[in-house]
Amino acid sequence: MKCLVTGGNVKVLGKAVHSLSRIGDELYLEPLEDGLSLRTVNSSRSAYACFLFAPLFFQQYQAATPGQDLLRCKILMKSFLSVFRSLAMLEKTVEKCCISLNGQSSRLVVQLHCKFGVRKTHNLSFQDCESLQAVFDPASCPHMLRTPARVLGEAVLPFPPALAEVTLGVGRGHRVILRSYHEEEADSTVKAMVTEVCLGEEDFQQLQAQEGVAITFCLKEFRVISSFRTGKGSGMPGAEWDDLAWGSRPLPRPAIFTIKDSLLDGHFVLATLSETDSYSQDLGSLERHRPVPQLQAHSTPHPDDFASDDIDSYMIAMETTIGNEGSRVLPSISLSPGPQPPQSPGPHSEEEDEAEPSTVPGTPPPKKFRSLFFGSILAPVGSPQGPSPVLAEDSEGEG
Amino acid sequence: MKFRAKIIGKGSLDLFIQVSSTVARLVKVCVLRVCPDRMCFGSAGSGGLQEARLWCEVQQRAFQQFRMEGVSEELNEIHLELMAEHLSRAARSAVGASSLKLQLTHKRCPCLTVVVELASPLGRVRSVMHDLPVRVLPRRVWRDCLPPSLSASDVSIYLPRWRTLRSIVERMVNVGDHVLLEANLSGKMTLSIETEVVSIKSYFKNLGNPPKSAVGVPQNRDLESMVQVRVDNRKLLQFLEGQQINPPTALCNIWDNALLHLVLVQEDVSLQYFIPAL
Repeated sequence: MKCLVTGGNVKVLGKAVHSLSRIGDELYLEPLEDGLSLRTVNSSRSAYACFLFAPLFFQQYQAATPGQDLLRCKILMKSFLSVFRSLAMLEKTVEKCCISLNGQSSRLVVQLHCKFGVRKTHNLSFQDCESLQAVFDPASCPHMLRTPARVLGEAVLPFPPALAEVTLGVGRGHRVILRSYHEEEADSTVKAMVTEVCLGEEDFQQLQAQEGVAITFCLKEFRVISSFRTGKGSGMPGAEWDDLAWGSRPLPRPAIFTIKDSLLDGHFVLATLSETDSYSQDLGSLERHRPVPQLQAHSTPHPDDFASDDIDSYMIAMETTIGNEGSRVLPSISLSPGPQPPQSPGPHSEEEDEAEPSTVPGTPPPKKFRSLFFGSILAPVGSPQGPSPVLAEDSEGEG
Repeated sequence: MKFRAKIIGKGSLDLFIQVSSTVARLVKVCVLRVCPDRMCFGSAGSGGLQEARLWCEVQQRAFQQFRMEGVSEELNEIHLELMAEHLSRAARSAVGASSLKLQLTHKRCPCLTVVVELASPLGRVRSVMHDLPVRVLPRRVWRDCLPPSLSASDVSIYLPRWRTLRSIVERMVNVGDHVLLEANLSGKMTLSIETEVVSIKSYFKNLGNPPKSAVGVPQNRDLESMVQVRVDNRKLLQFLEGQQINPPTALCNIWDNALLHLVLVQEDVSLQYFIPAL
């Protein structure tokens, strides 16, 4: 693989890497026929980010030397970020950036051609890996809103830096409301401050969601998304939009953010909290059910894998019913809490999360988040959006 | 109990934002006392004068709308306790806003709701709402929240130029923890700090003394005798750092070896900070 980035695009590439670095610790770099893809996932598998740079983004783009397979590699995010650490420096001094991946030497070479004849060469070691691909399809999501990138960026400013989660929903009069989310704590002496930002319908190019619909996701990652903009100054033509698409009950699906620019596509997928989570504490303690099989063939093996195995079986069940989603009539949900009976095939896994008091160490954010379902694309060349095989038994029967 | 107030206009909003950030800088848990004609912020707790205490009053004039109904007709006041940091964060989201509304509400718990409306030039109105959880204070602790009533001070003097004073105290903080403040009734003040290796002293003159009230003032005071108080440097610095602009009236009262009382008066806001002697 060999590609050459010039001019203002170097800074755009740098910004993308910065955003990715705020999500995950490892960068999956995969040159594809339709562009260079950079992907990452966070340690608790509740956030996934992917940037696809079209071949036109580059002055030169060669996905693979002819006759060779497409390579893909996994690099430590810190190493890759160190090349692009100073965006100001990239803008001022770097004229060209050349990235090449050679199968023989196991090095990813990033060369920055700077002003005054200075050339900086970074040799980064990488690991071979399987393709990291989250299964999601924005087109199948019933709710969608589209807004210029800066609207979301401004909307998150009033929230405290330490806030973990935020709920986004559609309120009366088609206003979009972002509200700080706090778990219900029965007897906390220090109550938390609740902040709510209300955006009018006119802030959105498109708003396709019923009133009363809401999702909750991690604010930290949302901030990363809302702060990414290619911006007018980068010289990139075309409008940029943040698209947010999400599914709804009874099968809460991840929130998918799409940033579209003429030369790059960014997708951020955040796991969401189900609305029933807050009320399951009322349901008392539920015992764990049968042991759940591990997902096999993950793209990256993690020893302390998923926060709760039950989540995975739940997600598997969801995967098999994806085909039916489109025609389902959505129940409308009010933003204010109200008890709702669980309807999905694997309801117990949701509530069990609440019964467990402590989180698994080393898996932020709190494990109530649904981990995303990752398939492994074993075929070397495949469309990034292709569905992946279900790899573990669905041990939960219907009902 | 009811309370509803609204601030409109950049000047008033900026003032409110500055007041709430000053309060948050000096105090962690703050008491909010609402009277028919003003709103007061004070240090919580009944520590007496063993610790530094704040008292800030915002006159009703600063608000475009101000309506309150106290606990009862005889006791027409509201006393609440809240986290100063919450208020300052809520106020900060009002930078550039068109209006800020305060209202006492009851959501899951008693709250002070702050609603900020931002009107962009394109006619879009965006609003941000903050619910600050508050605790309603019982009547028996109301007295503790008020500023102390004190006898006449030994010396009362106007403070030097704010920025100068702040930068001197900033440098002194790097040297030591205690600063000695001396002043007399002839407009002279010195600030000094002393350690084993170094001693620094700043002299100010012609500062002017505010006219004292006639009550309880001994007539034959020696105008030149210096009165002193030694206070925690960092507390003094925190107070000085809170103000960005030169306040129109800034003075201090000193009780010899007992108390330093700093007073700022600015438009419709008055700010007092009591720092006990060490």
